[in-house]
Amino acid sequence: MQSFEYASPTTLQEALSLLSTQWGEVDILAGGTDLLALMKDYIHTPKRVVNIKGIKELGGIQQTSAGLRIGAIVTIRELLENELVQKEYPALIQAARGIRGMQLRNMGTIGGDLCQRPRCWYFRNGFGLLALKDGKSLIPDGENRYHAIFPQGQAYFVSASSFGPPLIALGARVKLASTGGTRELPVEQFFVAPQREGEREIALKPNEILTEILVPPAKGVRNATYEIRPDEGVNWPLVTASVALRMEGNRVASARIVMGHVGPTPVQAVKAAAWLKGKQITEAVAEEAGRRAVEGAKPLSQNGYKVQLAQVAVKRALLAAVAK
Amino acid sequence: MAEYRWPPVNQRRVIGRPVNRVDGLVKVTGRATYSSDVRRPGMLYAALLTCPYAHARVRSIDVSEAERSPGVRAVQVLAPAGTEINWAGADVAMVAAETEEQARDAVRKIKVDYEVLPHLVKEFDLSRAQAMNRAKPSGEAVTGDPDQALKEADVVFEGEYTIPVITHSCLQPHGQVVAWGEKEIEFFANTQAVSTVGADLAKALEVPAEIVHVQQHSVGGAYGSKFQAESWAAAAARLSKAAGGRPVWFHLDRRTELEVAGCRPSYRARIKIGAKKDGTITVWDSQSWATGGFTGGGLSANLLPFVFVKIPNKRFNHTAVSVNTAPARAWRAPNFPQVAFLTCAALEDLAAQMKMDPLELFLKNVQYTDRPEVYAWQLKKAAELIEWQKKWHPRGQGEKGPVKTGLGIGIGTWGGLGHAAQCRTRIHPDGTVEIELGSQDLGTGTRTVICQVAAESLGLRVGDIRLKIGDNRYPVAGASGGSTTVGGVSAATRRSTLNALDELFKRVAPSLGVSPDQLEAVDGRIRVKGDPSKSLSWKEACQKIGNSPIEAMGANDPKSPGGLISGGVGGVQMAEVRVDTETGQVRLNKLVIVQDCGMIINPKTAESQCYGAATMSICAALMEERIMDQLTGRFINAAYDFYRIASIMDVGEIVVHLDNRPEHDARGVIGLGEPPVVPTIAAISNAVANAIGVRVPEVPITPDRVLAALARRKA
Repeated sequence: MQSFEYASPTTLQEALSLLSTQWGEVDILAGGTDLLALMKDYIHTPKRVVNIKGIKELGGIQQTSAGLRIGAIVTIRELLENELVQKEYPALIQAARGIRGMQLRNMGTIGGDLCQRPRCWYFRNGFGLLALKDGKSLIPDGENRYHAIFPQGQAYFVSASSFGPPLIALGARVKLASTGGTRELPVEQFFVAPQREGEREIALKPNEILTEILVPPAKGVRNATYEIRPDEGVNWPLVTASVALRMEGNRVASARIVMGHVGPTPVQAVKAAAWLKGKQITEAVAEEAGRRAVEGAKPLSQNGYKVQLAQVAVKRALLAAVAK
Repeated sequence: MAEYRWPPVNQRRVIGRPVNRVDGLVKVTGRATYSSDVRRPGMLYAALLTCPYAHARVRSIDVSEAERSPGVRAVQVLAPAGTEINWAGADVAMVAAETEEQARDAVRKIKVDYEVLPHLVKEFDLSRAQAMNRAKPSGEAVTGDPDQALKEADVVFEGEYTIPVITHSCLQPHGQVVAWGEKEIEFFANTQAVSTVGADLAKALEVPAEIVHVQQHSVGGAYGSKFQAESWAAAAARLSKAAGGRPVWFHLDRRTELEVAGCRPSYRARIKIGAKKDGTITVWDSQSWATGGFTGGGLSANLLPFVFVKIPNKRFNHTAVSVNTAPARAWRAPNFPQVAFLTCAALEDLAAQMKMDPLELFLKNVQYTDRPEVYAWQLKKAAELIEWQKKWHPRGQGEKGPVKTGLGIGIGTWGGLGHAAQCRTRIHPDGTVEIELGSQDLGTGTRTVICQVAAESLGLRVGDIRLKIGDNRYPVAGASGGSTTVGGVSAATRRSTLNALDELFKRVAPSLGVSPDQLEAVDGRIRVKGDPSKSLSWKEACQKIGNSPIEAMGANDPKSPGGLISGGVGGVQMAEVRVDTETGQVRLNKLVIVQDCGMIINPKTAESQCYGAATMSICAALMEERIMDQLTGRFINAAYDFYRIASIMDVGEIVVHLDNRPEHDARGVIGLGEPPVVPTIAAISNAVANAIGVRVPEVPITPDRVLAALARRKA
């Protein structure tokens, strides 16, 4: 780990003033479960680390007229134990349960989950996020069993976020603050696929802090997350799917289907979701939706199995959403 | 002359009891010290620079900036200009500084100019291996007439199976603290060879062996990877010398630990088996490939077929492939888990082709093993414990829904004869009993069983024994490898303690008015045989010793075991798995382990050995795999996010049945560290095939491979 200056501000304004306009100069520390590993491996070598865990206004979960406000430094454990979340947002609870390590749940934050860096092993071994060699990605001819089946350009890594897919399904927004003010983005716009080495996979700017997440009310919205895991341990899922269904009686009025770990951003299955409109979720309908969700997938040499996993994850998430 | 034989079962008071580990409390409270916990006055910390290329030549190396870096006290170049490097992660230079952070910062300032050379890191890319002259046939071994037997066989099955390289994944990475002082080299080691690792370091440093003083309390796993002193210990010692004798702490980081400090050879085999209609195997013909890293991957003939060694017609053909990765190290039962998988998978596939119950096929062929009765009994016992009769179904004919269950068989063997070991017992006039051996406890329970043997022999309790191990100034004991420790230390301790007791009897006899041979030590007293009223407490008896303590040696010589120890065990495991055929996920429901190991000193630590061993092989069956990337030459998953090992949730229910029937007990002590690791992969792979109706030919059995196998069956 390279030596760095450490700051632990207690107000958002102070924290914002410590940031830089250049990526790589300053890193924001919340739970640290990803950042510390990145720093130990010299993947991140910030000159300054700004701890935001001491900023009270970034914490807490509150019910507001516009839905749920979740502070960026709310831990996975706080989220899991929160009754408001438990009541209306099973998709979030199920995603949180997929984070298996007790230490990760105690330390890791929801904001950190959205901002964490991808797990691509080329990236983590120092070959860069796009793993470019002579302008071409190593990944299509390399070891790609865990990589994207919905790549975007040269971006073959997969977004590691557990909460990105359910938050997008639920229509959530993130609030980003800088010294110049705040802005809001739908979560689906928070994730981006970089096309040049050095670009980030999120829309956050280096001088911004993700302060809170706003989740619309989900009364009457059937929602669920289904993860397909290689094992039961502290590990990354192979594929996930989150769904949110606004129901009219037992028929779907509108739907959102979002798949995780299949592309450099969470991937929305827009056509499959539209196809669900007016339908009752039966085993056959869920299965067909799964099939439609993976249409257009472009698997690599070793990850064709993820197409089937994504299809099954969508099916099972849909069935879980309407089960009871 | 003492009678060293173990007491009859009904007279044992400490041996055979499930005694808690004597070092359990210090371990669970974090007070046990490992080499990485050692802190010495003036200690420096070292960091290692390794090569990022799988094959390269060092053109030049410049350490001047590192030498000027803050806190740096010494720098050692380990790969000078001109060195050819044959694997990524190989040593290049080491730096010692006041803090670990300073050492790591300094290492990054070393400038190395490499000439990058072509590499091969994938051993099953055979055409490339041949083109690069990296595939070396190690000859053919033929018994009988395999070609004729194949022609005459009623049934011939042919299959191909693959098992990858895995690493040792010791919880505690390799490393040590070493201080090169004026008179001696203090070596706080992390080893499975306390009595020999000092001489090993001395040789590397070209100093007399006697000046290296090895000390060790606990080790965080070794599994065969921690016998040598290692280049890192020698480099750290030289840094210590250069820094005026200040102790130097060095341990590998996790990535390097995975890359270079542990490697179990892979195997791929094409196997043909011929059999009669009744399932009797008549012929085995196999062609195999393996790598053990840069030094290749030899496999001695007669390991295939495994266990069923007396099949009358056999052909064995093996090719060792050299790849640009660090060399193999002995991994718990070297080669046996792999060949058990290859053999048992082929046998169950043959059974499936013949529409025969594999249990019946195994029973039919135990005649070809060295111990037919033992295997037949163990197969039946395991079948009973996993409810084979009730639960087994023909391959692929289980449940209707997407989740299928299945059963499978694995079979094993191992040696485990105790190594040469010496023990010194002192009985002090105050009644204290001190036992010394230059042995080590790798977490296996060695300390506990030594105390049990001593307590049994002296008529004392486990807590009365002051045991000292982990120092090369104690009597020489063998390295802990090959499951040789428990036999070695228990026999040596038995002899040493009884020799000391003989001497105590001589000193005490006059005051009890009997001859020494009329005395016995029972329940903390020295008493007259047949007349318990005439006795002295242990403490009273020891007061008769005089000023100098009694000291007696005892040795184990594996060539004359004297009925205390022997070698050679069987072992059968059966697994029940469930497989989600939509996702390819496999989960272990239950694993039954039936294992003989001679006389059992401590059933609790013996069972723990089985749990630990099986857990390692559950990882190998379902999760663990070193993934080499041919593009970059790197071990691309050398971190615990994608080098997957089991959590408690993945292990399932493990049922251990220690086969200690009287005929096994009568064989004396036999090592148990390795035997139970051998059959597990085979049992799990076979259970998956039984569940889903098709063989997943490669382990670990991951979702991608399960789905691919299912797709091939459909096609």
